[in-house]
Amino acid sequence: MRRIISTMLLGTAIALAGASAAMAQDKTIKIGVLTDNSGLYADLGGPGSTLAAQMAIEDSGLTAKGWKVDLVSADHQNKPDIGTAIARQWIDVEKVDVFMDVLNSGVALAVNNVVKEKNSILIDTGAATSDLTNAQCSPNTIHWVYDTYMLANSTGQALVKAGGDTWYFLTADYAFGHALERDTTAVVLKSGGKVIGTVKHPLNTADFSSFLLQAQASKAKIVGMANAGGDTTNTIKQAAEFGIVSGGQKLAGLLLFITDVHALGLKVAQGLNFTETFYWDLNDGTRAFSKRFSERMKNKAMPSMVQAGVYSGLLHYFKALEAMGGNPHDGAKVVAKMKEMPTDDALFGKGTIRADGRKLHPAYLFEVKKPEESKGPWDYYKLIGTTAADQAFRPLSESVCPLVKK
Amino acid sequence: MQALYAQLLVGLINGSFYALLSLGLAVIFGMLNIINFAHGALYMMGAFVAYFLLNLGGINYWWALLLAPIIVGIFGMILERTMLQWLTGLDHLYGLLLTFGIALIVQGVFQNYFGSSGLPYAIPDQLRGGMNLGFMFLPIYRGWVVVFSLAVCLATWFLIEKTQLGAYLRAATENPTLVRAFGINVPRMITLTYGLGVGLAALAGVLSAPINQVRPLMGADLIIVVFAVVVIGGMGSIMGSIITGFALGVIEGLTKYFYPEASNTVVFVLMVLVLLVKPTGLTGRAA
Repeated sequence: MRRIISTMLLGTAIALAGASAAMAQDKTIKIGVLTDNSGLYADLGGPGSTLAAQMAIEDSGLTAKGWKVDLVSADHQNKPDIGTAIARQWIDVEKVDVFMDVLNSGVALAVNNVVKEKNSILIDTGAATSDLTNAQCSPNTIHWVYDTYMLANSTGQALVKAGGDTWYFLTADYAFGHALERDTTAVVLKSGGKVIGTVKHPLNTADFSSFLLQAQASKAKIVGMANAGGDTTNTIKQAAEFGIVSGGQKLAGLLLFITDVHALGLKVAQGLNFTETFYWDLNDGTRAFSKRFSERMKNKAMPSMVQAGVYSGLLHYFKALEAMGGNPHDGAKVVAKMKEMPTDDALFGKGTIRADGRKLHPAYLFEVKKPEESKGPWDYYKLIGTTAADQAFRPLSESVCPLVKK
Repeated sequence: MQALYAQLLVGLINGSFYALLSLGLAVIFGMLNIINFAHGALYMMGAFVAYFLLNLGGINYWWALLLAPIIVGIFGMILERTMLQWLTGLDHLYGLLLTFGIALIVQGVFQNYFGSSGLPYAIPDQLRGGMNLGFMFLPIYRGWVVVFSLAVCLATWFLIEKTQLGAYLRAATENPTLVRAFGINVPRMITLTYGLGVGLAALAGVLSAPINQVRPLMGADLIIVVFAVVVIGGMGSIMGSIITGFALGVIEGLTKYFYPEASNTVVFVLMVLVLLVKPTGLTGRAA
């Protein structure tokens, strides 16, 4: 009798263990959009990124296939300490499976560490620093949209080739600005140019006149803006006022988003060259998505490349989970699967994810249209050059990422 | 050396915004004893009103300079009548919390509808271009800002310190009951004073619209510095806040040249030093 009971207990235990193993791989997903919801980057990520995630969930049709997908969003206020605190809470308490957006390089590098430590997933579409797939690369992180190396490579090289061989940098004084300046300097030097000077300004500066005067006095041919969002728009606007461009110097927006161009207006922004990997008016696929997106935005804005990246990255993540037949809630395993599968969506076209976590797709060099060339609201860019996916990003031969086998 | 002159001048331009804003704060604190944290939001509203006047009503910059302060001033007076007046006699903390809350709500509403990167506002045609001063290229608009705000600051100082009306105002803060006994409507005067302080903030907003983006958070970024200016100058001192405003603009400008990384902290370092040495501020009287 005792034996029967113990056998039964053993059987129950095995059954329970089996059940919990099945529990580990289930059909629930929780997505966390961690972004700047209220500060200077809120327009290029922010609520638009959450909307893009929402649209990805709807378009994936997962709910109809019996999956349960939850979406949460939080504001990291551009502060790495707040970002990591939210990340820990999301992973430990709320069981978030994947972090999306995470713009601001300072926050991204901090969250990158937490995600690695806790074996979660970071699909970064907002941060710029190329360190995410180089020195700081992680088996849990994919860098989706763009990075400082790519921006420097495309915009920097094009400008030096066009005769801009002396540079002066206006740099946002944190991880992102430093990375962008470093990567651009490397490209400028390699292309035969020279960097005359640099000035580092605090993040979120309202008045750039002092810095612009220093740039003007340097007589450099190119004033490179290694900043983003509100900082860049203020720089451009005030540079026009101080006659930087009319004085013969050229402004280089190393990182500019469509929301910045919209905020500046074409009159001020015309003629600027910069690089993006997504523009709403590239092809039928991007136009269809952007139209739907814009209709649901409160201010009818077109998607930025960061927001488009959230949509595209999530769709690929969903595909990987479907291929695995469920969600194992094991970050590194899912990321490995995502790297195995080629990417393909309407916004970024066909692409791949490299061993170091770098997502590859073409980079486009744009010029802002003159007001008379624009046919309507948000018709802002002229495509003037394309760098192929395998040329756009840092080659693996230069990588110091330990995930890359040499 | 030439670069130094340029930085001094640029500092003076920023100083004029600090002066205009801290002046309004000083007037409100001096007369109403309210620490007006909504000042930054009202400054932002001034810029937005100018934007709306231009884009919806076709009303140009010059009229906006007059109309925006009046419109925002009326908004301020409504705030004072409906909310702030109930705080008379209570601890400063209540006024601070209330106005801070108002600021958050106003900014939140604007951000909800207009996003964070802001809207463009062009420099008026008459003030376009610039002149070469030899040591720097001075945009005409910036020169205009310095001259105009200096004039407004001095006019306000004159109004409060040298006129009959100003005398009533100052008396009403000292002893409202006695002034009321002379047949002067003190509550109305206080409302109008708040309106004046708010109007000054809105005026600064209009002035800054063509330089900066018209953004919901433009005031939030500025207000903390302006509070430091007021503390350094001495709470409630009119002339003190004008002079400190311009002076700190210049000091900040120089920091941007010599050690740019510290440019957004230098004002606070100074504030700490001043508070350690002279807790009432540079021109403040002991309470």
